[in-house]
Amino acid sequence: MSEKIIWAVVYFAIVIYLGYRGWKETKVASDYMLAGRQVHPFIMSMSYGSTFISTSAIIGFGGAAAMWGFPLLWLTFFNIFFGIFVAFVVFGKRTRRMGSALDAHTFPELLGRRYESRFLQGFAGAIIFLFMPVYAAAVLIGVARLLEVNLGIPYNVAVFIFTAITAIYVITGGMKAVMYTDAFQGCLMFVIMAIFVFWTYHWLGGFTSAHQQLTDLALNPAATEAIKGHPMLRGWRGWTQGLDFGTPMWLVVYTTIVYGVGIGVLAQPQLAVRFMTVKSDRELNRGVMYGGIFLMFMTGVAFVVGALSNVVFFKIPDITGKVLGQVAFIGGDKNIDKIIPAYVTNYFPEWFGTFFLLAMFAAAMSTLSGQFHAAGTSLGRDVYEKGLGARVTNVLTVNRIAALVSVLLAMACAFVLPESIIAKATAFFFGLCSATFLPVFILGLTWKGVTKIGGIASMLGGFAVSFFLLMFLHTPVSAPLGICKSLFGVPSLLASYAPGTTGFNMQFLDPNIVAMPVAFIIAWVVSMGTAKFEDKHLQKCWRFMA
Amino acid sequence: MFGIASTELALAYLLSIGAGLLCVIYGIVKYNDTGPMTEELREAAEREGEKA
Repeated sequence: MSEKIIWAVVYFAIVIYLGYRGWKETKVASDYMLAGRQVHPFIMSMSYGSTFISTSAIIGFGGAAAMWGFPLLWLTFFNIFFGIFVAFVVFGKRTRRMGSALDAHTFPELLGRRYESRFLQGFAGAIIFLFMPVYAAAVLIGVARLLEVNLGIPYNVAVFIFTAITAIYVITGGMKAVMYTDAFQGCLMFVIMAIFVFWTYHWLGGFTSAHQQLTDLALNPAATEAIKGHPMLRGWRGWTQGLDFGTPMWLVVYTTIVYGVGIGVLAQPQLAVRFMTVKSDRELNRGVMYGGIFLMFMTGVAFVVGALSNVVFFKIPDITGKVLGQVAFIGGDKNIDKIIPAYVTNYFPEWFGTFFLLAMFAAAMSTLSGQFHAAGTSLGRDVYEKGLGARVTNVLTVNRIAALVSVLLAMACAFVLPESIIAKATAFFFGLCSATFLPVFILGLTWKGVTKIGGIASMLGGFAVSFFLLMFLHTPVSAPLGICKSLFGVPSLLASYAPGTTGFNMQFLDPNIVAMPVAFIIAWVVSMGTAKFEDKHLQKCWRFMA
Repeated sequence: MFGIASTELALAYLLSIGAGLLCVIYGIVKYNDTGPMTEELREAAEREGEKA
């Protein structure tokens, strides 16, 4: 325990030092919001990747991979191909160039200036400011529980300490502090995950041998007996087999996890703004390389190791020399979120457990800092200064106060929301962002024909449809949020259908399968019938694109 | 394939590695391709602003 505390203190000291460096170098508004637009490609891509990957992506989704197996690898492919390659090469370069052409400092400001709409900027800022703290609280709850379990710190104190340390450098040092600390945290995560996967494959005799043992394990009744009939495994055929098409689990894995998270990442404001922090396309080109490798070692490793942990739990002696002889779900005390921590504790040396814990702190902290910063600048810059038209004399102070408000809101959510909300809150925010922002963002960067009214209608329509589906039809989110229950007395309007019917299965379909295409169609239809932008404005937006 | 029971998931495994390699190759090929520098863009934008 004392060793863990010493290393935790060393880790936090390095983070605070890097935060201090960020604060020293922050002089003007563009330093605070965009790190002076001079960020090194390695720092930029590590910051992007570590903000993207939170503790729940490794522990939560890694645990889910222990249950479902390799189908989650589709998310790894989506994360790398869409989340890095398409995001950097297709949208990143356009975002940087259009952001410079329009002198945008935040993601909502880019949208607001592209569509010449203060309303759009203010509305986008308000969505981020209001809902980002819910997502941040989900990350905070997860890491506070880790602190509680591993360092013996009471939950409420853990929430306060973690928030305070992160808030200090975000509020004072802005984007520079966020990105410097993110890069350090990303490096730590990368090294730990590389060791994690190497060790697991080594124990199981290499790639093919490990996969074959996992395939064979699913055919072993002694292994599958304990999980047979579990509601989360309806439609499951084995860890290296696909799920049965159209079953609730298939819908959850492929529409919510793979499609919802895999595509939804393109519209995350805290990530998109990073494209405007670099000085040329060269940084983005190099960032693709670092980011691609980083993501492969984060989600790829978490999902592969999560699935393979079943074989290790079943066959390999733990550090006490005992063979559990059960699959990972049992090894994790029948709690998906405990599978990866139990795997680390039971099979890896203590020093690795300490550094794995620090890597999870790093994953949470890097995500949280990006969330606090995005929510703060949305409130300060987009809602207060631009949306409400307030006269601001000291931009830095306003944004620092706004960041503090966001931090307090997230902390309040972490005290109020239940622990079981982590995955739901993450899915909720990703879903809302995808439908609300992605169509206007993509069309704004690529289509000169989209109009101001088309953009506003798409954003409002996408938000309304997504919000309605999440609150009233998508049971995994509507049930814990409880609004449908309080209005209609049922967890969701589809919950009363008999299991196995299409109506029953539809409650597991990700809302964005509907909401995002609807938002695209609204943008297109409305733009066809409303006034186009003047050529002068379009030339201004596109002047640096060629 | 590679000990993975279904072709679909073997494909997901390979595509994940392939996507990572694509990122590496793209980064190497375009390593020094700067495009217009942000500072130049900002200066150009400011000059145009002054003219207007």
